[in-house]
Amino acid sequence: MQEMVSLDGLSKRFGPLVAVDRVSFTVGRGEVVGFLGPNGAGKTTTMRMLTGFVAPSAGTARVLGFDVVTRPIEAKRRIGYLPEGAPLYDDMSVRAFLGFIAEMRGLAGEEKGRRIEDAVARTGLREVLHQPIETLSKGYKRRVGLAQAILHDPPVLILDEPTDGLDPNQKFEVRRLIAEMAPDKAIIVSTHILEEVEAVCTRAIIIARGRVIADETPEQLRRRSPWHNALRLTLGREGAESFEELVASLERVREVRRVGELDGTVEFLVAPANGIDIAPEILALARERGLTVHGASIERGRLEEVFRQLTTS
Amino acid sequence: MRAITTIMKRELAAYFATPLAYLFILLFLALAGGFTFYIGGFFERGQADLESFFLFHPWLYLFLMPALAMRLWAEERRSGTIELLMTLPVTMTRVVVAKFLAAWLFAGIALALTFPVWITVNYLGEPDNGVILAGYLGSWVMAGAFLAIGAAMSALTKNQVIAFVLAAAACFFFVMTGVDLVVSPLRAIAPPQLVEIVASFSFVSHFTQLTKGVVSLSTILFFGSVIVVSLVINALLAELKKAS
Repeated sequence: MQEMVSLDGLSKRFGPLVAVDRVSFTVGRGEVVGFLGPNGAGKTTTMRMLTGFVAPSAGTARVLGFDVVTRPIEAKRRIGYLPEGAPLYDDMSVRAFLGFIAEMRGLAGEEKGRRIEDAVARTGLREVLHQPIETLSKGYKRRVGLAQAILHDPPVLILDEPTDGLDPNQKFEVRRLIAEMAPDKAIIVSTHILEEVEAVCTRAIIIARGRVIADETPEQLRRRSPWHNALRLTLGREGAESFEELVASLERVREVRRVGELDGTVEFLVAPANGIDIAPEILALARERGLTVHGASIERGRLEEVFRQLTTS
Repeated sequence: MRAITTIMKRELAAYFATPLAYLFILLFLALAGGFTFYIGGFFERGQADLESFFLFHPWLYLFLMPALAMRLWAEERRSGTIELLMTLPVTMTRVVVAKFLAAWLFAGIALALTFPVWITVNYLGEPDNGVILAGYLGSWVMAGAFLAIGAAMSALTKNQVIAFVLAAAACFFFVMTGVDLVVSPLRAIAPPQLVEIVASFSFVSHFTQLTKGVVSLSTILFFGSVIVVSLVINALLAELKKAS
C-alpha cells in the first residue's frame, strides 16, 4: 500500500495548553480513515496542521513526501480540504466560486470547465449553479464545500465533519461519494457520528486530549466492547428467573443483564467472560430446561460504547 | 502571477457584489465635487488648474480609504474563508499583494471617474495637463498608501468597524504630521531635527509637491515605502492572526 499521508510526532501548543500531543500515523492509498474524538480533542487542529493552515509546534506532517512546513505549496496542491463548517464566499454564485477555486488550483480552459462539470455532477449542484451561495440551504452549502475540495481530483482528501448538519438522505449521498472516490485516494474524515465510521471507514483513529488512543479497524474497535459476542436472548416468562440465576453462575459468563419485558417475554443480554461466543452452550441449556426461546441474536458490540469507554477513562 | 490576478478579480467582484461599491463611488464623486467647487472655490480662483480639486484629497481619503480596506482581511477571518484561502496553493505574499491591488484598482476607478473636472478645466481655460496628470497619479499613489495602512489594520481584527477606526486613526497620524496645527507646537518643544522627521512623514506635504507638478524621487520613494512597509506588516499580522 502506497503511503500518502504521514504524521510523525505532530504537536501543537497554544501557550500552556497542549492541543495536539505527538500524533503519529500514516494513511495509504485506498484507505478511508475516520478521525474521531470528543469536541476539543484536537481533531480540527491536527487537520489544520496537515493542510498547512496552522504551523506545528513540533513534529512533521508529509503529503506524498512533501513536508507541509518546508514545501507547503507542493503539499497543498495534493490536498483537497473541506474546513470545519465549510466556509465559502457567500457573495459569489456557485459557478463563480468553483471557477475561482479552479483557477487558484491552476486549472484553465477546457480542463477547468470539465473538472467543474464533474464536481458539480458528483455533488448534485446543477440546479443551484447560478444562485448566490448565501441563498443556499445548509445542505447545499456543505456540498459546495465538498465540490471545491474534489475539484482538482486530489490524491489526498481531508474532510472536517463533512456530514455535519445534513439530513439523513444527504448524509447517505456524501458517504456514497466518499466511498466512490476511496479506491485511488487517501481520505481522512473527522466525525462525531459513529455509524458513519462503520459505513465508510476502513480504519478509525480515536484521539482524546490531543493523543491518539486507538488506531484500528472498526471491527477491531467493536471487539473492545464489553458486549461484543454477547447473546441477546428472548425467553418466555415461565422459568426465566431461575434460568437467569443458572446462567449467571456459569464460569464462562461474565454478566447477565435483563434489558426488557414485553408481552410475557423477557429479554436478557448474556456477556461472555472472555469474548468467546457462548450462544450454543446457553441455547442448549435453555432447551434442556424446556424454556421457550422467542429470539436469539449475537451482539457485535457498539462503537458508541467503545468510544465512551476510551474517551472518558 | 496567475494567483494574484485570480484573487484580485475575486476581490474586485466582491466590491461590486453589493450596492456599497456604487454608493462609495457616488459619495466620493459628490464629496470631491463639493469640496472643489464650494469650499475650494474653483470658479472664484479664476485659475486654470485643479489645485482646489486635489487640495482636499488627503482629507477625503482619510475616511474613504479605510472604508475600502476594512473588509479585506477582517471579513475573511469573520466568515472563516481565510482557512479556505490559505490552504490553497498560494503564498501569503501573493494574497496580500492581490488584495491590496484590488482595493487600489477600485480606488483608481473612483478617481478616474472624476474626469469631468478635468474636462471642465480644459473647457474653461488652458491648464498645464502635465501638472494635472502628476496630480492624478500622486492622488492615486497616496490612496495606495492609505489603503496599504488600512489593509494592515484590517488584518488585526475580525471586526470591520474596528478595522475602519484603527485605519482612520493611523491615516490621521500621517495626515496631521504635516499640518501647522501639529508642527507649530512641536517646534516650540522639540529639536528642529525631530520636527523635520515628523513633518517628513506627512502625506499632505508630499502630495502637495505632486499636485504642483513636482515629481521628485523622494516623494515616490516615500509613498512607495509606506506601501511596502504596510504590506509587510499586513502579511505578518495576517500570518499571526489567521487561525485565532
